[in-house]
Amino acid sequence: MMMRRSGWIALALVLILFPLSFDNPYYEQLGSLVLLAAISASAWNLIGGYAGQVSVGNAVFFGAGAYMPLLFYKLWEVSPLYGFPAGIAVSVVIAVVIGIPTFRLSGHYFSMATIAVAELIRIVVSNWDFVGASIGLTGPAVARDWSDLVFRSSIPYYYMFLAVLTILLVMTYCIERSRFGYYLRALRSGERAARSLGVPVSRCKLYIFILSAIFTSLAGSLYAIKFGFADPASGFGILVSVNMVIVAALGGAGRLLGPLLGAVILIPLQSETNTLFGGGGTGFTYILYGGIIMLIARFEPGGLLELWERIRDRRASRRAVALKAALAEPSSQSQLGR
Amino acid sequence: MVLMQVIVAGLLIGAVYALFSSGLTLVWGMMNVINFAHGEFVMLGMYVSFWAFTLLHFGVASFSLASAVMLFILGVLVYICLIKRVMRGPMLAQILSTFGLVLVLRYSAFWAFGSNFVSLPEDILGPSLNVGGILLSAPKLVAGCVALAITIGMHLLLTRTMLGSQILAVAENRNAAMLMGIRPDRMQAIAWGLSGASAGIAGALIATFFPISATVGESLGLIAFVVVTFGGFGSVPGAMLAGLIIGLIQSLSAFYFGPIYQDVFVYALFVLVLWVRPRGLMGKA
Repeated sequence: MMMRRSGWIALALVLILFPLSFDNPYYEQLGSLVLLAAISASAWNLIGGYAGQVSVGNAVFFGAGAYMPLLFYKLWEVSPLYGFPAGIAVSVVIAVVIGIPTFRLSGHYFSMATIAVAELIRIVVSNWDFVGASIGLTGPAVARDWSDLVFRSSIPYYYMFLAVLTILLVMTYCIERSRFGYYLRALRSGERAARSLGVPVSRCKLYIFILSAIFTSLAGSLYAIKFGFADPASGFGILVSVNMVIVAALGGAGRLLGPLLGAVILIPLQSETNTLFGGGGTGFTYILYGGIIMLIARFEPGGLLELWERIRDRRASRRAVALKAALAEPSSQSQLGR
Repeated sequence: MVLMQVIVAGLLIGAVYALFSSGLTLVWGMMNVINFAHGEFVMLGMYVSFWAFTLLHFGVASFSLASAVMLFILGVLVYICLIKRVMRGPMLAQILSTFGLVLVLRYSAFWAFGSNFVSLPEDILGPSLNVGGILLSAPKLVAGCVALAITIGMHLLLTRTMLGSQILAVAENRNAAMLMGIRPDRMQAIAWGLSGASAGIAGALIATFFPISATVGESLGLIAFVVVTFGGFGSVPGAMLAGLIIGLIQSLSAFYFGPIYQDVFVYALFVLVLWVRPRGLMGKA
């Protein structure tokens, strides 16, 4: 997506100044949740948006990332930070195990394999006492030193999330403009055609899936240190995966800023419906989610960014027509006058 | 003897899996569209049966029929309102659309019927039978046999009737079928209806021996995917064979390792099939 330099600077300023402009923990918390959702959705966007392979089981990486730091803390009482690489390593292994067989087949197999593996691991984790079974794991309650990353305020987390999101988006931006990015676009719009032009299709899909797994796992680890706990539902639940997909698809799948836009709209909405409907609201939230997903799929599969660009282009072309008409008018008048 | 009983029970439930999976394989094989909400269809079939029994005092046969008719209508509606529009679109749109349907159906059911389990009376089909030392519950026996008969009927419908030939013709080549005077839209709508009806009957049969809840569709839907992949997509006989095998595996693993792990074995089998034989037992290469 093309955006002028002033637009980028404005966006960066808003994101940096956001938590400082309120003295209200609710908004600070909300802001960090938006960024966290944007990170995991942007990570999903790599495989689901850019490569067009719809993973519905990215929760498995999120869960691995969330569990590993807490597991390290539980076993050896070390800083959760040491668990980050472990979560990433586990995620990469899972991505390879799912990716190698399914990327040779049509895209539906991949979608189903991701769900099946995520469910498989969720059931195993829910019944495995070593990782806390259905209760889950908790992190350090009070910070022993800074490396435990336990803060009372949401602001430090907000900036941590912002930093990770920035790295992820810069990387995505570079991929978009690289040879690899063109390969991905080619295979998304036509796999057979891409292959016949010499694009190493399966390998490209596998690499981008691994990259997506790494950042999803990182999002899970950040979630774990922010909330200090993870259980099977919040780590591996199918709705965790759904959340990533819908956030990215609402904003615009396969677009750099689509997931961020989706998160800015959906996360406050979710938080509002939860407060509005109370405990019984979760069900209603998901009915709403399902409705939104169907509407996007039916009417606007490109997401809100594409809709906005279309409106803008239409307005621009209308303006061009009006301008041409205005320029043509004097000559016709002069003809009449003669 | 206990082992024998476990095996028979597994095959009976496997026949029910085969029934609703054959509906999924029909639309998948025909249109290359996955219906993620198929498990939700089965769940709705269970609720239709429950309410038809409780409010209208329907018998087993009539509430199965009612459930089949309702789900046929739902299948056609889903096709016309949703699938028809996204079928030619990007794959993301196809997957998202039925995924959204899952959320709407599951949580609407949750909202409307509550989170408590309900069930039909246990003796709705009579007491347990003792067949040569094997103790069988009557509902499971009836469900298994009826499901098997209907699955075979579905196969015959597709291969031996005019309607079936037309459906298969559209699946093979939409344009050629159109030139032969077949309306692809109508055939695809009928295929979705049949798919829904198979889920509806299966739901009615399951409801006679299994507690009904809004979330039951999740595991049933996943089982349907495993069965379809294992059997080879688009193949009704494949789904039948795979359904029976998976029922057997579930039953045996629950017997040897505990009921918690029965689904673990099913999903692990799914991943194994993808690695070893991705086209499934009877799929075309």
